[in-house]
Amino acid sequence: MSDTLLDVDDLRVDFPTRTGLVRAVRGVSFTLGRERLGIVGESGSGKSQTGRAIMGLTPPQARISAKKLAFDGIDLLGISPRQRRALRGNRIAMILQDPKYSLDPVMSIGRQIVETLRTHEKVSKAEARERALAMLEAVQIRDPKRVFDLHPHEVSGGMGQRAMIAMMLIAGPEMMIADEPTSALDVTVQLDVLGILDKLVSDRGMGLIFISHDLRLVSSFCDRVIVMYAGKVVEQLKASELGQAQHPYTRGLLNCMPRIGFERHPLPVLDRKPEWAA
Amino acid sequence: MSAEAIQSRRDWLLSERPASRMQARLGRAYVAWRRFSANRLAFVGLLIIIALLVIAALAGVLAPYSPTFGDLKNARLLAPSSGHWFGTDDLGRDILSRILYGSRWTLYVVILVAIIAAPIGLLVGTVAGYAGGWTDAILMRITDVFLAFPKLVLALALVAALGPGIENAVLAIAITSWPPYARIARAETLTVRNSDYIKAVQLMGASPFRIVLRHIMPLCISSLIIRVTLDMAGIILIAAGLGFLGLGAQPPLPEWGTMIASGRRFILDQWWVAGAPGFAILIVSLGFNLLGDGLRDALDPRSGDQ
Amino acid sequence: MSAVENESGRGSARAVAIASAIGRFLVIAVTTYLGLLAVTFFIGRVIPIDPVLAVLGDRAPANVVERTRREMGLDLPLIEQFYIYVKNALSGDFGTSVLTTNPVMTDIRRAFPATIELATLGTLIGSFIGVPLGVLAAVRRGSIIDQIVRIIGLIGYSVPIFWLGLLALVLFYAKLQWVAFPARLDVVYEYTFTPITGFYLLDSAMQGQWDVFWDAYRHIVLPASLLGYFSLAYISRMTRSFMLNELAQEYIVAARAKGLSERRIIWAHALRNAAVPMVTVIALSYANLLEGSVLTETVFSWPGIGLYITNSLQNADMNAVLGGTIAIGSVFIGINLLSDLLYRVLDPRTKAG
Repeated sequence: MSDTLLDVDDLRVDFPTRTGLVRAVRGVSFTLGRERLGIVGESGSGKSQTGRAIMGLTPPQARISAKKLAFDGIDLLGISPRQRRALRGNRIAMILQDPKYSLDPVMSIGRQIVETLRTHEKVSKAEARERALAMLEAVQIRDPKRVFDLHPHEVSGGMGQRAMIAMMLIAGPEMMIADEPTSALDVTVQLDVLGILDKLVSDRGMGLIFISHDLRLVSSFCDRVIVMYAGKVVEQLKASELGQAQHPYTRGLLNCMPRIGFERHPLPVLDRKPEWAA
Repeated sequence: MSAEAIQSRRDWLLSERPASRMQARLGRAYVAWRRFSANRLAFVGLLIIIALLVIAALAGVLAPYSPTFGDLKNARLLAPSSGHWFGTDDLGRDILSRILYGSRWTLYVVILVAIIAAPIGLLVGTVAGYAGGWTDAILMRITDVFLAFPKLVLALALVAALGPGIENAVLAIAITSWPPYARIARAETLTVRNSDYIKAVQLMGASPFRIVLRHIMPLCISSLIIRVTLDMAGIILIAAGLGFLGLGAQPPLPEWGTMIASGRRFILDQWWVAGAPGFAILIVSLGFNLLGDGLRDALDPRSGDQ
Repeated sequence: MSAVENESGRGSARAVAIASAIGRFLVIAVTTYLGLLAVTFFIGRVIPIDPVLAVLGDRAPANVVERTRREMGLDLPLIEQFYIYVKNALSGDFGTSVLTTNPVMTDIRRAFPATIELATLGTLIGSFIGVPLGVLAAVRRGSIIDQIVRIIGLIGYSVPIFWLGLLALVLFYAKLQWVAFPARLDVVYEYTFTPITGFYLLDSAMQGQWDVFWDAYRHIVLPASLLGYFSLAYISRMTRSFMLNELAQEYIVAARAKGLSERRIIWAHALRNAAVPMVTVIALSYANLLEGSVLTETVFSWPGIGLYITNSLQNADMNAVLGGTIAIGSVFIGINLLSDLLYRVLDPRTKAG
């Protein structure tokens, strides 16, 4: 890929604990262009910690190292926390799993969107409000003026997640990390939210990292897929070539997916071999 | 003992697959102890309380002078010196000796209050929780009413009616301190009331009385102990306050609050007469607070991630 | 998917919820106050072997004792006595004080502003120092600052406040002479100053009598600071724990992902969320200070309810003791109940049902 947005080489995230070092991410490497990249794995595979390490949102006790962690040529581990913060929300954004917990419960939705904008751009209050309303419309909220003044507990999960997308996209980032953005939502609205996200990302030519445990969802939604197991990348391939996956773990994940018209007895059990984590 | 033996014993204690109930229980206690002793402040609290117990037991041996009889002629209101470490009071009594003996009265108050108030709370809470319905509603309303009262003022009025004295002070404090224990006992009861093993005992025909006494009360004990420990400091402070107002222990008993009250007259010139017993109160209630905090952190896994 | 929810349905559900909350509030308030009266009745009329002696003292002549017995209705059945007691208490009649010979209610009315002024100032000091300390301790968790705040708090929990007051008097009044002697005003002003509201700081400022204001300040500053320390211990500890709870929430991660500064995350997001339970804590601490005033006022000769109660105790003036107890108890209960109500009103998450 010619215009590389993000270059990750040998990323490691370690947590020192009382019982010893927990190595959550153990040498992950990939690059991201203006494309949709899926990261798949079970819980505890290090996929979320990878996303948070790129954002610079790991807890303070975590130790992060990498041969290279560069966004648009900027060495993310080399710059100051202040410079890192200026990137967050402005050029790199992140969507979290459950809007019920990831939106501030005592601040109105509109103010939370405006807050992102005014952190990164010098705009008047009136203009910020106009742009927030436009953004709410862009995430297909029908009555933006009303929703602007609502508090997070007053809207449904689907609408909350759209507000979250609006809040994270309003400053016009070039890259977005979506960490299980639809897992907490009703199945019926999952596709709506995904569709909105997809449209905004491709319209704006952004790079997207889509983190999920759901291989089928990722393969239908992304251009490329990375499969993680125990903090490592076990396989990287194009979504269209998923059928030719080589690694037994990926094949195991694929085999677990039910297909209409096929009886699966006994249900397959996911194989986990220690040597894959070695 | 060799390092390996210690290691293997630790492994046995920390085993994720305990072979017996005993092993599981010991393992849990070991984990709690490790968390507790890693907390330096809590350890200091434990040491203070142990020191208090030792001093109370050995006051007769440790005290250099009599706590009640002083040298009125030669030793009135002496400043601290090598002969009298904390000085002497207006009756020529050695303040250090009085403080050492006073530890007994502090223990007397906290222990008596605990053994009066905790069972009342336990009984009210378990009965309310197990019986449910109207019994529960009425008992808990009474508990909440008592909980909403100002403790010190109520204790004050009670002692005023009962007459001053350390026994009445204990009674008054106990009457004002049982409601939190009832709340805790009820909450614990509600979590086990519908469990299978209580159902099993019911099927075997055990009477409600027996179920509450033998199967529910024991489960409430540990959380009750933590709460009582946390309350000890407050009990000491209220008892001292009553003593200070002349409603608790009466002179010449060497109770610390009463000692502060009698030292108050000389506070401007002989500050140590009131200063030393107050410091003793501070240290002991600090000890109980540190210990209670440590116990809570060690036994409550939710708050133990420091 | 319908984005607009059923507005009217939600509105009426909320109204029902509010109505039932108010109903429950009233039930709790009434039973708690009745409880307070029952307990004081019990203390005053049932525990003493002879309530008349408890009121009059044992030197009263026989005919007075007999008259008082009938006045107190002691020849009536207990339940009837309680009914009269409640009726009198509700109309503010707590009998006459033996010590001051005034109706107890008159004494209480005179003494209460002094207590309120002291407790209010103490709570203000405690909140303005305690909240920032608690926030700092939570943000710098495990650091030396956290440890210091923790120890300051623990000592505040453990120290006998009357003793600390005595030592503070020795240091700041006798030795350093920074503050005035224990009283509410210098004797000169006691007779020249006419209070309006009973809050001397406020009254003197309103009348432009700045010399009185300064004098009142020199008298109140030490006891108020002590009560302030007392409430600071509680407030800083609770603030720390609420803040730690909030800082661990996902919306804090989201706020960081937006690129907000730590300062904004802490003060505009975490503290604003913690503020809802903090209101309850500050109200509770205020109620506790009212109670703590009994000991503090005694040490500082502060002519409030606390001193009134202890003076009456020393003279076995039971009517005054019980009247003062009911007065402090009522305000204490009232604050407790109101803080609970306030919590529900302030929290936007309080939902119907």
